[in-house]
Amino acid sequence: MIFSFDLLFEAILFGILLGCFYAAVSIGLSVSFGLLDVPHVAHPAIMVFGSYCTYIVASHGLDPILSGVVLMPAFFVLGVLIYRFYYETFERRGADAAVRGLAFFFGLAFIIEVGLILGFGVDQRTVQAPYIGSSLALGDYRIPYRMLVAFGVALVLTFALTLYLSKTFTGRAIKAVAQDEPALRLMGANPVRIKQWAFGIATGVSALAGAMLIIIGPVEPALDRVYIGRTFCVVVLAGLGSMTGTLAAGLILGIAESIVLMLFGASWAPAVAFGLLLIVLGIRPQGLFGR
Amino acid sequence: MKFWIAMGVLAAAAIGLALSPVNEYFFYAAYVVLTYVVLATAWNILGGYAGYVNFGTPAFFGIGAYAAVVLMRWLHAPLALQIAAAALMGGLLGFGVGMLTLRLRGIFFAIATVAVIFIMETLMINWRYVGGATGLQLIRPDVMAPFASYTRMLFVVMALMAIAAVAIARYIQDSWIGRGLRAVRDSEEAAEANGVPTLRLKLLACTVMGALMAAAGAPMPMYLSFIEPASTFNLSYTVGALGSAIIGGMSHWLGPIVGALLLGSLQQIITVTISGEVNVLVVGVLLVLFVVLAPQGLLGLFKRWLPFSR
Repeated sequence: MIFSFDLLFEAILFGILLGCFYAAVSIGLSVSFGLLDVPHVAHPAIMVFGSYCTYIVASHGLDPILSGVVLMPAFFVLGVLIYRFYYETFERRGADAAVRGLAFFFGLAFIIEVGLILGFGVDQRTVQAPYIGSSLALGDYRIPYRMLVAFGVALVLTFALTLYLSKTFTGRAIKAVAQDEPALRLMGANPVRIKQWAFGIATGVSALAGAMLIIIGPVEPALDRVYIGRTFCVVVLAGLGSMTGTLAAGLILGIAESIVLMLFGASWAPAVAFGLLLIVLGIRPQGLFGR
Repeated sequence: MKFWIAMGVLAAAAIGLALSPVNEYFFYAAYVVLTYVVLATAWNILGGYAGYVNFGTPAFFGIGAYAAVVLMRWLHAPLALQIAAAALMGGLLGFGVGMLTLRLRGIFFAIATVAVIFIMETLMINWRYVGGATGLQLIRPDVMAPFASYTRMLFVVMALMAIAAVAIARYIQDSWIGRGLRAVRDSEEAAEANGVPTLRLKLLACTVMGALMAAAGAPMPMYLSFIEPASTFNLSYTVGALGSAIIGGMSHWLGPIVGALLLGSLQQIITVTISGEVNVLVVGVLLVLFVVLAPQGLLGLFKRWLPFSR
């Protein structure tokens, strides 16, 4: 174990960049699970699916970030369809829906993962872009440009979604449906349509998150498994549905993971998210900024 | 009584089969199918009766396998002792997971059990004694007397374990424990208010589930002559156990058996004829199809023709 403040500073710097990225990949889940209470364990799998779509689009010469943006409408529609199906089959039937809905999304995640293996094989995939592979030299520190790009996109995404939810009419309706669905129904709004819209947005955002995922590093079909831990850790730590909380929780996870990486090595890093998740669930299930 | 006679006949049939000159591959495949019978039956004790979805099957299965490996390397313990130790470790882990149900329900509990898998896996990856990330080659001990090969013996061991698991699940279902767990599933608050000791029942269900799953994992290293974290803590065990219970039907102990026999055999056939990936895909698709179209599973579909109705 080598320890110095120089290394610690570097780890924290890297952790902040990583943390914003984690917040961005979790923000879709923060809407679908945090606000809408959908047990969406397939969120990371859809994100990895987004990475592969980005890979295909980017292979035609488009910039990966732009590819992610281009894919967003298609993913929005996919999200609407998934929610519609989930609502008709499980949510409307009530009572027993929790167990079966959970099993449904788990099965869906598995189908996506195996589908990707059948389509692309188990090899890792990467994309090409001018900012991938080079890094910015800041004194003694070297920050890879791809981290900075993901950091920037993550910040924009998080703030855009936060603003959308607090300032626009539909955004406020989404928050309202999370707070009190029967009241919204009494006021003449259709909660199902609002939820459908919100789930579409959450899934659309996953396309961009998937693009960032493949920019940060190589992607393989089974990558969604470790991101189950990271995304749920961020969302639960944040407190369900809190957007600013998501950013804070992402930073906590990113810094914690990068410090563990520095002190103990890469083989311990995946356990950080899951360990943190267990601790939060055990001690404070409502998270830092819980509603 | 009829149940015990049937189980005795099945046990005798398994031993008879292992002594007969049936093709070796049959035992190789049947062992895996029987493993799924144990896993699905164990999963159903908590998932089916109490309604808590456990995604952590590989964590329990894996802790059993690794407990067996440690005992083997350290004490050269016989298989029976390995299984007992594995069941003990699995029971302890199950008790710990059961404590989580104090505060967590639904998806929160399910996600917590996923966390347990990855933490266990990371621990094993970083533990050199059991081979770390690269794994450990194991040498099978000599074949025991009446059996012609080690795989045949393991088949009998797993068959007996499956029978024991089913007997335990059946006992739980028909006793006050099962009634209490079903009350927890329907409404935990109402159960608690009516004097059902919900926490004690949940802890019991988790412990029994963990012990059975770990016991099923104990012979696995010997079966493969190899152990390695990535395949031991694989989420395909989660889908296998959960899928078998849902496809068969979760309300009766017979459901997981039917599901596991069907799913396990199908998987073995597809793995041989098509590929390993397709077999996982088929399980996923079947799971989703059943959850959507036949939420009561096969037992629900054929309820009318079954002698018991609930």
